[in-house]
Amino acid sequence: MAGAALQQRLTWLVATVGEVTDETPRVRTIRLDVPGWPGHRAGQHLEVRLTAEDGYQASREYSIASAPGEPLEITVERLDDGEVSPYLTQEVRAGDLMEVRGPIGGWFVWEPADGGPLMLIAGGSGIVPLRSIVRQRDRTGSGAAARLLYSARTAADVIYAGELRRPADGVAVTYTLTREHPAGWAGRTGRVDAAMLAQVAWPAAVNPLAYVCGPTSFVETVAAGLTGLGYPTRRVKTERFGATGG
Amino acid sequence: MSPVSRGFHRRSRPDADPSRVPPGQYVTTDFPVLSAGPTPRTALDTWTFSITSAGTARSWTWPEFRALPPETVTTDIHCVTRWSKLGTTWEGVSLDTLLAQVGYTGRFALAHSDGGYTTNVPVADLTGGRAWVAYSYGGQPLAAEHGGPARLLVPHLYFWKSAKWVRRIELLDHEVPGFWESYGYNNYGDPWREQRYSND
Amino acid sequence: MDPVDGNAIGGLLIDVFGTETTGATLVCATCGSEGPAAQLVVYRQGPGVVARCRACSNLMMVFVRMHGMTCTDVSGVADMR
Repeated sequence: MAGAALQQRLTWLVATVGEVTDETPRVRTIRLDVPGWPGHRAGQHLEVRLTAEDGYQASREYSIASAPGEPLEITVERLDDGEVSPYLTQEVRAGDLMEVRGPIGGWFVWEPADGGPLMLIAGGSGIVPLRSIVRQRDRTGSGAAARLLYSARTAADVIYAGELRRPADGVAVTYTLTREHPAGWAGRTGRVDAAMLAQVAWPAAVNPLAYVCGPTSFVETVAAGLTGLGYPTRRVKTERFGATGG
Repeated sequence: MSPVSRGFHRRSRPDADPSRVPPGQYVTTDFPVLSAGPTPRTALDTWTFSITSAGTARSWTWPEFRALPPETVTTDIHCVTRWSKLGTTWEGVSLDTLLAQVGYTGRFALAHSDGGYTTNVPVADLTGGRAWVAYSYGGQPLAAEHGGPARLLVPHLYFWKSAKWVRRIELLDHEVPGFWESYGYNNYGDPWREQRYSND
Repeated sequence: MDPVDGNAIGGLLIDVFGTETTGATLVCATCGSEGPAAQLVVYRQGPGVVARCRACSNLMMVFVRMHGMTCTDVSGVADMR
């Protein structure tokens, strides 16, 4: 991977909210206009800081949903007991101001030079950084073969459903729903386990590069499953949210 | 100067009685699980609780501990991470009961937990009906994630002092800071005087 | 609450070390195992942030933020490269 270049300490930049898109009842994508944004690599985060009228501030990190070079976007899932996510998913609208700093993270990233075949596995809102990777693969014309396994609770919880329904050339998408078995559903149901991985994941023999993102318990199960299929540890990159899915 | 984010404000629970909410706290109806490490799982047949003091030690097995007179406690709890939970109910054995069975000296206590966590409390704050070793929360056996089989409960201080998975209280004649206290958290920790950090 | 991993404290690590650190290789002072900082087991819901070795669970780093400063204890790290 490209060497980790020395980075200036991150500074806060003013961000203006552009378009907001409700992806699902609990999830919203927010486009941000950030003069001076230094750019990012697929898989990285940024940190958002909100300031209340009385000066109170709160900040949280979110995965960047857009590919490098595209308009900057984050996708946020609402946590019921959250302080920031209810605001971002329900209140925020075009023209609102906040601050961001970034990009953050240099390990859970993919660049075309990293190649493939890519094995992308998402639990819930873990799809966000993987979407950035898929879009970067598409934008750069990378020839890397790619499979995406996306686990969501219900069909209504699938983020980027429209975009994923028209998958980029060569990305094979498998869905699995864990709380629902809709009539006429063409995808899988049930939690991702070793048996499903054996059927869906690239075989270890093709030397795949895996990215797994989601709640901690999901990532633990999937990473163990990939190891069980013979994926070397250094070819499995993982990113864990808390139990509530980030 | 940071720009104001229209419509953003701190959490608030306007229906909470302000006289029960220390400065800088907000009220939650959840019971957040805060931890510095993996949840220990100690089997009751190997569990013991001890009080040690300058060469003497008194230890109780689980059956011996549960044979001690229980007390029911309804109290508010305040975490230094700013959440407060009002009207929590516990059952446990009072430190007054436990200390009465130990001939001890020492004005300071260091609590030790499974997993290596420690916290310090003056002995005076463990007595006078202000501290318990609690094994039940909300009428149910205390869940492991909340400190079960038993945790220290010292609700008049910030809740990091209520050590989960407590196994031993060491009585000392000098103050020894525990885990968070060693990193700059207040040795005493009175939420009403907002004693979060040392020098507060 | 489940722990997260070192990816989640990427910003904190930049604040403390002055550079992107999730890709740095850390050596555990307790068990000697090596891995990227991104794979630390991170408990961050409490009064401070605690990062433990994924192999042996011992403390590697502790961060406490107060009064605008971050106190950092890396005594559980034998080497960082």
